[in-house]
Amino acid sequence: MEMVKITIDNKSVEVPRGTSILKAAKQVGIEVPTLCYMDLHDLNIEHKPGGCRVCVVEVEGRRNLAPSCCTDVNDGMVVKTHSIRVLNARRTVMELILSDHPKECLTCPKSGNCDLQNMAIKMGIREIHNQDIAEMSTYRTDFSPAIIRDMNKCIMCRRCETMCNDFQTVGALSAINRGFMSVVAPAFEMDLEDSVCTYCGQCVAVCPTGALTEVDHTRRLIRDLANPAKTVIVQTAPAVRAALGEMFDLPAGSLVTGKMVSALRTLGFKYVFDTDFSADLTIMEEGTEMLDRLSRHLAGDKSVRLPILTSCCPGWVNFFESQFIDMLEIPSTARSPQQMFGSIAKTYFADKIKVKREDLIVVSIMPCLAKKYECTRDEFKVNGNPDVDYSVSTRELAHLIKEANIDFHSLPDEDFDRPLGESSGAGVIFGATGGVIEAAVRTAYELFTKKRLERLDFKELRGMEGIREATIDFDGLPVKIGIAHGLGNARKLLEDIRSGKCSYHAIEIMACPGGCIGGGGQPLHHGNFEILNKRMAAIYREDVGKPIRKSHENPYIIKLYEEFLGKPMSEKSHKLLHTHYVDKSKKIIYI
Amino acid sequence: MNKIKNLADLTILREKLQSKSRPGDPEQIIQVKVAMATCCIASGSRETMNYIVDELDKRNIEAIVTQTGCMGYCYAEPTIEVSIPGKEPVVYGYVDVKKADEIIEKHIKGGAFVEGIIPVNYQKIDN
Amino acid sequence: MADYKIHLLVCGGTGCKSSNSQVLIEHLRTEIRNQGLEDFAQVTGTACFGFCEKGPIVKIIPGDTFYTQVKPADAKEIVEEHIVKGQKVARLLYKDPKSDKIITDPKGMEFYKKQIRIALRNCGVIDPENIHESLARNGYAALGKVLTTMTPDETIEIIKKSGLRGRGGAGFPAGLKWEITRKSPGNEKYVVCNADEGDPGAFMDRSILEGDPHSVIEAMAINGYCTGASKGLVYIRAEYPLAIERLKTAINQAREYGLLGENIFGTGFSFDITLRYGAGAFVCGEETALIHSMEGNRGEPTMKPPFPSVKGYLGKPTNVNNVETFASIPVIILKGPDWYSSIGTEKSKGTKVFALAGKVNNVGLIEVPMGITLREVIFEIGGGIKNGKKFKGVQIGGPSGGCLTYKHLDTPIDYDSLIAAGAMMGSGGMIIMDEDDCMVDVAKYFLDFTVDESCGKCTPCRVGNKRMHELLVSITKGNGTHEDIDRLINLGNVIRDTSLCMLGQSAPNPVLSIMDNFREEYEAHIRDKKCPSGVCKALMIYEIVEENCVGCTACARACPVGAITGERKEIHRIDPSLCIKCGACMDRCKFNAVIVN
Repeated sequence: MEMVKITIDNKSVEVPRGTSILKAAKQVGIEVPTLCYMDLHDLNIEHKPGGCRVCVVEVEGRRNLAPSCCTDVNDGMVVKTHSIRVLNARRTVMELILSDHPKECLTCPKSGNCDLQNMAIKMGIREIHNQDIAEMSTYRTDFSPAIIRDMNKCIMCRRCETMCNDFQTVGALSAINRGFMSVVAPAFEMDLEDSVCTYCGQCVAVCPTGALTEVDHTRRLIRDLANPAKTVIVQTAPAVRAALGEMFDLPAGSLVTGKMVSALRTLGFKYVFDTDFSADLTIMEEGTEMLDRLSRHLAGDKSVRLPILTSCCPGWVNFFESQFIDMLEIPSTARSPQQMFGSIAKTYFADKIKVKREDLIVVSIMPCLAKKYECTRDEFKVNGNPDVDYSVSTRELAHLIKEANIDFHSLPDEDFDRPLGESSGAGVIFGATGGVIEAAVRTAYELFTKKRLERLDFKELRGMEGIREATIDFDGLPVKIGIAHGLGNARKLLEDIRSGKCSYHAIEIMACPGGCIGGGGQPLHHGNFEILNKRMAAIYREDVGKPIRKSHENPYIIKLYEEFLGKPMSEKSHKLLHTHYVDKSKKIIYI
Repeated sequence: MNKIKNLADLTILREKLQSKSRPGDPEQIIQVKVAMATCCIASGSRETMNYIVDELDKRNIEAIVTQTGCMGYCYAEPTIEVSIPGKEPVVYGYVDVKKADEIIEKHIKGGAFVEGIIPVNYQKIDN
Repeated sequence: MADYKIHLLVCGGTGCKSSNSQVLIEHLRTEIRNQGLEDFAQVTGTACFGFCEKGPIVKIIPGDTFYTQVKPADAKEIVEEHIVKGQKVARLLYKDPKSDKIITDPKGMEFYKKQIRIALRNCGVIDPENIHESLARNGYAALGKVLTTMTPDETIEIIKKSGLRGRGGAGFPAGLKWEITRKSPGNEKYVVCNADEGDPGAFMDRSILEGDPHSVIEAMAINGYCTGASKGLVYIRAEYPLAIERLKTAINQAREYGLLGENIFGTGFSFDITLRYGAGAFVCGEETALIHSMEGNRGEPTMKPPFPSVKGYLGKPTNVNNVETFASIPVIILKGPDWYSSIGTEKSKGTKVFALAGKVNNVGLIEVPMGITLREVIFEIGGGIKNGKKFKGVQIGGPSGGCLTYKHLDTPIDYDSLIAAGAMMGSGGMIIMDEDDCMVDVAKYFLDFTVDESCGKCTPCRVGNKRMHELLVSITKGNGTHEDIDRLINLGNVIRDTSLCMLGQSAPNPVLSIMDNFREEYEAHIRDKKCPSGVCKALMIYEIVEENCVGCTACARACPVGAITGERKEIHRIDPSLCIKCGACMDRCKFNAVIVN
């Protein structure tokens, strides 16, 4: 590795050839300000289009200023990062960006959490010259069920484009138009809802301004909570409890289940339930389905297609509904835990507490933005009344707790209500990549082999690599499992299935890096996988701490089947807990 | 049509072409070149060329009429170059159909120059 | 059928006309009649010789005798001595101003040397759609020589020695670029010809492709041999349909004759060319944007390094050169690098093709040796300013270039001198402006273009140029302030300093160079709210002169917005708040009662 010696702000540093000025500066403690630059090294993405021109620095002997994020160092380079020339340029560039940006910080959802705002504060911008004659590039705001695109605020950093095309390989966003009116949008500037967008929310997670934000349901939630005629109940996803604490300055990986429940009760929810419960339910249904397909396949039934794919991730469902419609019969027909919960809550539970369906509001707290969309799917409504009324993200919940002046740290640890709040460890691990299939294995093994499963921790299914595989011995039958997280990795597996190269029996796919713990609605991790690793560890910690760790041993699940559903894949189970998929690929687009 | 298989073939072909009629050097037959780049066409050089071809034929004058690229006198389009054997080529500008008629009669048939010759003001290099 | 043995060509250009060339013609004719030589010698008036300072000019052929500063009184002597006796009139012969020697051969004249058509050597000479004519003029002879007798390194040495610099605008030494591409590792390489000529008013590359496409094809093959590429691509703008047709025809004919394709000249070297079309984006003339456009991606420039010679099309080493650069290659190989480098200046060798446009008499395509002065180009080759107006400025380099004034007329045209003067060579567009052109409006015009063509990737160009444009609009509307000038200068400098590609980096050039050279015009617009050239409509006030107005109401009826009031036979009045400065009233008034202030 050839080393190169340079001087930055009179400090000497030696770095390998091919290092950018920005990274070299970091090594001597100089943080050159950046805006569009994004380093997601753990995802193998270094987004450095060199477009914002905020990170420019002066290089001796070079005619113009150099963008430090994408200029490599040369031996003997002399760099100045804050000469007057640089400061003037940086400030002028910032002023130019702000001159084409709405001045609505006070009511912008990103206020206080906005990279552009922080940069303007850092530079002390007090005046924008000639704003009176300045034209602004404006666009119509695009409201979709989960994501809002307010492109007036777009600064053309292109991060969303990179996440959508290069990492998720969904391809919903790209730059359109030329020059001043150029903007990032779906093709023909169609609505996100009409595009191949999966609502995975990775674009929202990286947007430095308020251009891409999630649909905020907290106002609606407050109104519903205050409505005496409604009974408002809540379910919480496993990934939320492993990350919510970060919004209150707790270290990453803090498990705050008890405080989360307490906060929700304080906010006014009548019943605080756990999505992990319905995760157990999902395992019952999906595990049974998986075994059914597997047995028929082993018996030689050619009409049965393998592998079976998990289907609890709505972003992933959107992905194969729009881009892999030739394989619509491969995913499991089981609904996601969120939807199964809603379905059971508004029938089984509503009966128990004698509340009419229309008066029961089911809210979910999710790490996910696609869940907001999932609630609106027609298949998940009964006579127009949705099983889950709406979904609120981890970030929104944290804001609500702060808005309600609840001191999170001093909350006591409380437990979920029953009957929909009891869960096994298998339900918890849904939040991490590999967790769903591991939960399924724990149940499927016992159901298939009729033997007791001694080893509950399948470490070979865990981890952060994008595509993983393992073979689990089902008492002599080797069951091949594939796991992918991130839609780019999912695409690879799907293309293998398409071409016939795939030999897995079951595959778990999560759209977000790390699984739900890295979801689009979680506290931002800025590409730091350390945070994701810690959140994942918290999930498995909760699993280990649970008395029951297999879904089929959850007494409330057993009771639910006895009292209400009968058995997995029964007619009632089919109606309430299973679904079908639609071909979203052919669309007529009006432009 | 002969494919050129080696350098010798090229040399032979070139010499054959040069001996027949070297463009830019009047040989045995009257040559008229009409500049036919985009700005020339926009000024009407296609009509001029078609007219010259037709009229020379009608008036039984044996000549080769070809198109060429830009001669450089864009301010005076359409431009043509008339080469009578034994004489220096002469370039005319603003050659619309009326002027073309005059040039055919007076110069090509009559041997006299017409007003409005454009003097060549550049060096041509021989390759 | 007349059989004139002698022709007398008398310059009828504006300069010579004003020096009585018409009278001279009559005198000559009279003298010839007197001698009874009407069937022997013909006197014809011609267009401008472009030699105005030595006019009136009389050229006598055959023999190419050049008489300068001929007066009508000289007619008798010319006829008696030259026509009758065959003896040249020595005192009228052209004398070289430096050596004071009589030059009889026009090829030795300074005047002829002012233009040397090297890149354009075949344009206007051959039929571009007939490969035979190109072959007869040594087409593909250079390729043959290179493939059979020279190594790639030897060829590259020749190009380097010739001093040829890229003609697309940057002026990078061509030989060096070829060498870097050659040395880049990899066995899949590409040759790209940049024919996306986007500068407004530039048509040098178009003319070469329409007039002599084979020279470019040949040069690309030579480049492929040198760099190790077997595939060439021509990126040509779709707005050049005739050039595309001619190029396609030429490529097909070359293939038919085995000059493109497998095993050219039996040497084992294979090379072929495909065409790619631009889609109306000036920014795709920038080499990295061009490459991305060809790859099917958005035509946006990306950071250099890596340079295309190392990592270009599809990530492979790619040699990108301009059409004019390629057109010069075959003749450099055949005539040798020393011949080429003997033309031009020390650091800028050879010739440059310019598209002379604007307010000159002789607009058109010229090819001049480097080192010629602007004065010579504009006033000699260009024939001076149209309609006898006063020269004001010359814009060189299109939207990336600068505007020079009469102070710079003796600047030699070469890469470095132009940059030192505050302009740049650019691709070859040269626009001449006269006293009726408003320089602030010119700056606005060029910025209009760059704002429209900016790709939008980087902030300074996307937003900065737009903001500069808005300031200029405001100034031309009479709303400018003095702070605006400081703002323009700061913005311009920052945009130059921080933009990603040359489009952005050079966009402020016209504005800033006009600020340097024509500051008073900016001041007039801002301080006095006046446009000295009478171009900026918003600053013009249409008024009715009371003394001249007879109240005929013709102007009021002509006004499309009803801004003129007045009864019949009464003095009319224009309401400035309604007036849209269309000038219809002025056109209609027969009494000169409408004036513009």
